Amino acid sequence: MIPLSHYLIVSAILFALGTAGVFMRRNLITILLSIEIMLNAVNLTFVAFGRFAGDVNGQIIVFFVMTVAAAEAAVGLALIIALFRHRESLNPDAFTSLKW
Amino acid sequence: MPETLVFYLFSGLAIGASALVIGQRNPMYSIMLLIASFGALSGLYILLDAPFAAVAQIIVYAGAIMVLFLFVVMLLNAPQEDAAAYDRTHPLRHPAITRFGALLAGLLVVQLTWALARANQLAQPVAGRTDAGTVSSVRELGRVLFERHGFAFEATSILILVAMVGAVVLARREDRV
Repeated sequence: MIPLSHYLIVSAILFALGTAGVFMRRNLITILLSIEIMLNAVNLTFVAFGRFAGDVNGQIIVFFVMTVAAAEAAVGLALIIALFRHRESLNPDAFTSLKW
Repeated sequence: MPETLVFYLFSGLAIGASALVIGQRNPMYSIMLLIASFGALSGLYILLDAPFAAVAQIIVYAGAIMVLFLFVVMLLNAPQEDAAAYDRTHPLRHPAITRFGALLAGLLVVQLTWALARANQLAQPVAGRTDAGTVSSVRELGRVLFERHGFAFEATSILILVAMVGAVVLARREDRV
């Protein structure tokens, strides 16, 4: 069986990639995608710990994380659509002033 | 050993696809690559005896959330990411600073890998509960979900409702009110 630390390393790398995406990209949609990568890295940690502790609660919290991710994606994408209507841009630097 | 091979295949695929996601300028390619990454992650869930998580990953993430992203990208006719003048003139875009940041990030990865690889006591499942039966059983999962976490499950439905109403209100055209 693959040791737990291997799964944790994969998860850490995925989380770091997601964080890098949030900081580096200049596109609101890519930033949301990076947040999804981070959520999935955490999901992998939950499932791995749950498997190695012999506990189903690891998978149950994954279920809740997926629900929250779906809600976050729906609201975030609606916000992006609303912002895009105002500025015709997806660059977050275009929205530095929220009132105009 | 086939299990090790499959593990490295799927984790390499997940990491590679995620790295390409944040390296793309076109959001459409990013979304496609992220779907590949989620498929690989679902393979890792299968390796971890979590069939419910694996199937939910494919159906909910790759099937529903990513399609939502795709629809928004197509709806907005999203332009490619513009490397505007702002990016080139920003004081933090100085090459030396960028290199220093990349060095720190690489250092963090090395540190994390080193710390996690030394965690020897995590190598094997907890003694006496090593059987995959209780963990992989969807019946057991449903029992725990609805008995012990029933309130959280119901609260989730409120969350979904609020998100749905919020999305409709936010994305509505204001001139049509």
